[in-house]
Amino acid sequence: MNFDSFGEFLAMGGHGFYVWWSYLLTAVVVSWILVWPLWRRRRFFEEQRGRLRRADALGQQTEVESNAPET
Amino acid sequence: MKYIFDRLRWPDGLRRLWHRMGSPRWFYETTGPWVPWLAAAAALLIGVGTVWGLAYAPPDYLQGDSFRIIYIHVPAAYLAQAGYILMAICGVVLLVWRMKLADMVMATVAPIGAAFTFLALATGSIWGKPTWGTYWIWDARITSVLILLFLYLGIMGLRRAIERPEAAGRACAILAIVGVINIPIIKYSVDWWMTLHQPATFSVTSAPAMPPIMWLPLLLNVLGFNLLFAVSVIQGTRTEVLLRERRTRWVTDLCRQERA
Repeated sequence: MNFDSFGEFLAMGGHGFYVWWSYLLTAVVVSWILVWPLWRRRRFFEEQRGRLRRADALGQQTEVESNAPET
Repeated sequence: MKYIFDRLRWPDGLRRLWHRMGSPRWFYETTGPWVPWLAAAAALLIGVGTVWGLAYAPPDYLQGDSFRIIYIHVPAAYLAQAGYILMAICGVVLLVWRMKLADMVMATVAPIGAAFTFLALATGSIWGKPTWGTYWIWDARITSVLILLFLYLGIMGLRRAIERPEAAGRACAILAIVGVINIPIIKYSVDWWMTLHQPATFSVTSAPAMPPIMWLPLLLNVLGFNLLFAVSVIQGTRTEVLLRERRTRWVTDLCRQERA
């Protein structure tokens, strides 16, 4: 351990302001990078669920490109 | 290029793998199980690297404790450039082989790479204050990284501006490939121009100028951020696959399963 007390750890030898702002900013950006794809994915499933439900209620065949490549 | 590629004698297995890799559905189904493992490894590496770097590494003899910003600044700056190169490679694959998956990866990497570029600039700027006495200076390294950010934003804007997805993909691919010229400029900016920025910490040919207790946590964080980047790009591309293939049978079936 490089620091003698928790207070010294927070102070970072007088550079605490810069160090902790950098790490806070990184935490925010990294969280956004990880959450954004998941959030988009959830929204996609919600939209599709709504679309399929409406189609089922109308008793319609869900429109699917039957000739779309299956690969 | 495609002409040459097609005329080379590739083993049948490799050729089949290449074609399968081009399938968005294959990508979606194959990479799904990887994500939790990659995420766990990333969390472990970054956790150890960051705690070590913040609390156990000794302070720099000139910069004191502010040098601890290096443990996030270097991985972010590295990924900002690696992300751009990945995007340009996908651009080549899209233009030469018309592989739809390459376009989906390209669309996903742009905002993630832009986020890392922003992070590199921001942490560098914060680090500059105690070290150089200023938050911002029009230095060759900093300016070329700012151009990288504008390239990312330009590619994102271009994609939104063009309505037909195929045309948008091709335009983004061309811009991404042309912009690669900026990457060696970033790399050599510290050698070509008078600059405040310090040279690279790691190089392939020589040992780092730091003791292992200082550079090992940096290595852990670089590896960890790489995995984190991979998790984000894989998840983002999987979502992009669903969005663009939403009219196919397999995605509709998937939506019905999710409903249950």
